[in-house]
Amino acid sequence: MDINDLRSIITVLAFLAFMGIVWWAYSDRRKKTYDEAARMPLDDDSPLVPGKGAGQADN
Amino acid sequence: MQSQATYNYKVVRQFAVMTVIWGIVGMLVGVIIAAQLVWPELNVHEFLSYGRLRPLHTNAVIFAFGGCALFSTSYYCVQRTSHTPLFAPGLAAFTFWGWQLIIVLAALSLPLGFTSGKEYAELEWPIDLLITVVWVSYAIVFFGTLVKRKVSHIYVANWFFGGFILTVALLHLVNSAEIPVFAQGVLTPKSYSAYAGVQDAMIQWWYGHNAVGFFLTAGFLGMMYYFVPKQAGRPVYSYRLSVVHFWALVFTYMWAGPHHLHYTALPDWTQSIGMIFSLILLAPSWGGMINGIMTLSGAWHKLRDDPILKFMITSLSFYGMSTFEGPMMSIKTVNALSHYTDWTVGHVHSGALGWVAMIAIGCTYYILPRVFGKTEMASKKLIETHFWVATIGVVLYIASMWIAGVMQGLMWRATNVDGTLTYSFVESVKATYPFWTIRLLGGLLFLTGMIIMAYNMFLTMAAGKATDAPVLEPAGAH
Repeated sequence: MDINDLRSIITVLAFLAFMGIVWWAYSDRRKKTYDEAARMPLDDDSPLVPGKGAGQADN
Repeated sequence: MQSQATYNYKVVRQFAVMTVIWGIVGMLVGVIIAAQLVWPELNVHEFLSYGRLRPLHTNAVIFAFGGCALFSTSYYCVQRTSHTPLFAPGLAAFTFWGWQLIIVLAALSLPLGFTSGKEYAELEWPIDLLITVVWVSYAIVFFGTLVKRKVSHIYVANWFFGGFILTVALLHLVNSAEIPVFAQGVLTPKSYSAYAGVQDAMIQWWYGHNAVGFFLTAGFLGMMYYFVPKQAGRPVYSYRLSVVHFWALVFTYMWAGPHHLHYTALPDWTQSIGMIFSLILLAPSWGGMINGIMTLSGAWHKLRDDPILKFMITSLSFYGMSTFEGPMMSIKTVNALSHYTDWTVGHVHSGALGWVAMIAIGCTYYILPRVFGKTEMASKKLIETHFWVATIGVVLYIASMWIAGVMQGLMWRATNVDGTLTYSFVESVKATYPFWTIRLLGGLLFLTGMIIMAYNMFLTMAAGKATDAPVLEPAGAH
């Protein structure tokens, strides 16, 4: 087998891997995880000036 | 959590302040070389000549201004979304001082004439080695922080930052492979590329275009995915799209470099591959842009009175414009007109000023008050002024360069009936003067905006004091 056959195979495999990622990202199973993940930056709010944070217990 | 552990804001603060300072320095050098094109008499000394200052400008704005913005935003984002302080704080401090040392060495060595001659990688081999050490330290701090994260999912912004760090390491190592010459000693470094001829050119532009794709795009998209939702107070429009966006960029960007070498000794098929992948890139680029802008859907009113959001959303509009223009310019027949003209310069600045600088400025305005214990910048009005001055500056810059570029391209290709050239080169130079003057004005406006930002930053710093926020428990863990 010629090295160029290998190169062609890798290109095709890379394309299939990408299509797999698209299929996986849009599958229903991922929906809940992604909805939660999308909230991550919004759930990390702390007080702008130090004091009691949203996630901190009283002390 | 009862502990009073705080996030490592010190290194974020240092990099955020230096983003503004180096922004002013880099853009000032840009204004000087723009003035030199209008008034060549300004080339007063060899150290300050156009040929020496131009690489200083590009290195300063990309790696000093853009680099500091990337360090500060990625360190801020990765610790907050991982709910843990930075890994290896000593190493994080080293990345700050090491990066500043590299910038100072670049600012000294480039005007003195030390250069390896590779665009955006001009720095000589001792500085290349230092870059490698600092970059590996950056990777250890960033990925170390991800490893000790308190949540299971790695937020998409960190994927973009991580992709940027890994790819830039690969690009730097491969493209900077060079053979040092010790004939004149270590203090006058000189090296030659490890590659020859067309391979050298191809590796250089594989590096060059991926510097655009990963340093100036993936990293700044990381900023978009964290700071746009923060500032808008809404989650990203489609998280699924953001995942596909990431992988689509990773799979396609690597192949686009040959479009810098159309109609050269590079094999024709390689040029065509570069063109095709550049055209494909339109899809992920616009997918990402739409994802960023649509984050505001349902909250468009916030744009009216939030100048930081204005910076962010305008930057995404420029991202969309320049990632449409780029693929068009990569088409060989269009490139036959645009290549080597000021159109290219206009395209680069529509991306660099409109997208990269504006998103970095927006994120820095977000970070600065928070690391200095304030709720917002000292003057919101000055942010608004900065926004308009900068936007008018970009528009003047890119519009003048578009016109100049198309004009140059048309003049260079014009022939008389007998086949001779209609114009000599110097005639096209003469015709370009008015546009270079408008470009100078645009650049000057953009620089003015940065100076306004520095003033606002010092007001904020004077009124506040260095503050580190306490580490938060992940949502649902309390």
